[in-house]
Amino acid sequence: MTDPRSDDEIVRSRQRSGARATAILLVLFVILVFAITIAKLTVNR
Amino acid sequence: MARLMPTLAATDHLPADWRDLFALTKPRVMTLVVFTGLAGLLAAPGHMNPVLAFTAVLCIALGAGGAAALNMWYEADLDAQMRRTESRPLPAGRLNRQTALHFAVGLSATSVVLMDLAANHLAALILAFSIFFYAVIYTVWLKRRTPQNIVIGGAAGAFPPLIGWVAATGQIELLPTLLFLLIFLWTPPHFWSLSLFVRSDYAKAGVPMLPVVAGIANTRQQVFIYSLPMAAAAIAPWPLGLTGAVYGLVATALTGVFLLLAAAVLVSRTTEPAEMRAEKRLFAFSIVYLFALFGAVAADRWFPL
Repeated sequence: MTDPRSDDEIVRSRQRSGARATAILLVLFVILVFAITIAKLTVNR
Repeated sequence: MARLMPTLAATDHLPADWRDLFALTKPRVMTLVVFTGLAGLLAAPGHMNPVLAFTAVLCIALGAGGAAALNMWYEADLDAQMRRTESRPLPAGRLNRQTALHFAVGLSATSVVLMDLAANHLAALILAFSIFFYAVIYTVWLKRRTPQNIVIGGAAGAFPPLIGWVAATGQIELLPTLLFLLIFLWTPPHFWSLSLFVRSDYAKAGVPMLPVVAGIANTRQQVFIYSLPMAAAAIAPWPLGLTGAVYGLVATALTGVFLLLAAAVLVSRTTEPAEMRAEKRLFAFSIVYLFALFGAVAADRWFPL
């Protein structure tokens, strides 16, 4: 089973999904660090 | 290696697919690691903030994933020679080696930094050491050199409950140490029962697994011998007063079954992998056994009899 799309198309589609995944992970990371900070403040109060 | 090169040349110039990066983390192994880590955290006394507890477990998962990815990065040549592992992303040529290394190091470093931020220095230190132990001591140093690779390497998989406990309490105590010992002693019978029926793979790849080096009969003896101290470590928390009857009864009953299955392996005489029913039974049960015991240790703390 070979992919009928050209190499360029595959590269672009993978770059797009890679960029999307990185963006989602970064947003989740920021939210997590924010939540950890709030939780630490609550625990140490 | 000859089989590896043509496929590598075919696709490794493409950007990584997230599914291949995810496969690098050995998600199935991670399930057990996360479960034992969570059990260690839940069994610990006191109350941990849910956000911090979630982050600690996430860090254990990320650390295990990072260590697994480092293992796959280093062992790509070995994986290409074994049927069980030849379709992994690196030997199959779906992923660039450098991408795999960056992903592995990034995941490992993130897990340690986040653990330090969310829990404490000691938990982060043990997590960092467990990644180093699996990636360097086991993968690079021991695995290809000694048939005792599984015995010492088993310690790497034994850290999660200790990390979970330390994340919650900041201290190393007797119960998490016994849980560490339980996984450490469980690993040889678990892995050797598997390596008995896939030994030709290891022999082909030149990995000195016990059945390859010492023979089938000797491995069967070792499986049974290691099951005895494992049984002691599994039951000990109850008589020592560290857990209650919930854990005690589950551990006693299931350890009895484990010993019976290990005895069946000991007396088994078959040398055909396809007919090694006793070994396959022990291997399958050993996974259920560990899940059940760690489930019981957490249940014992929250729902005591």
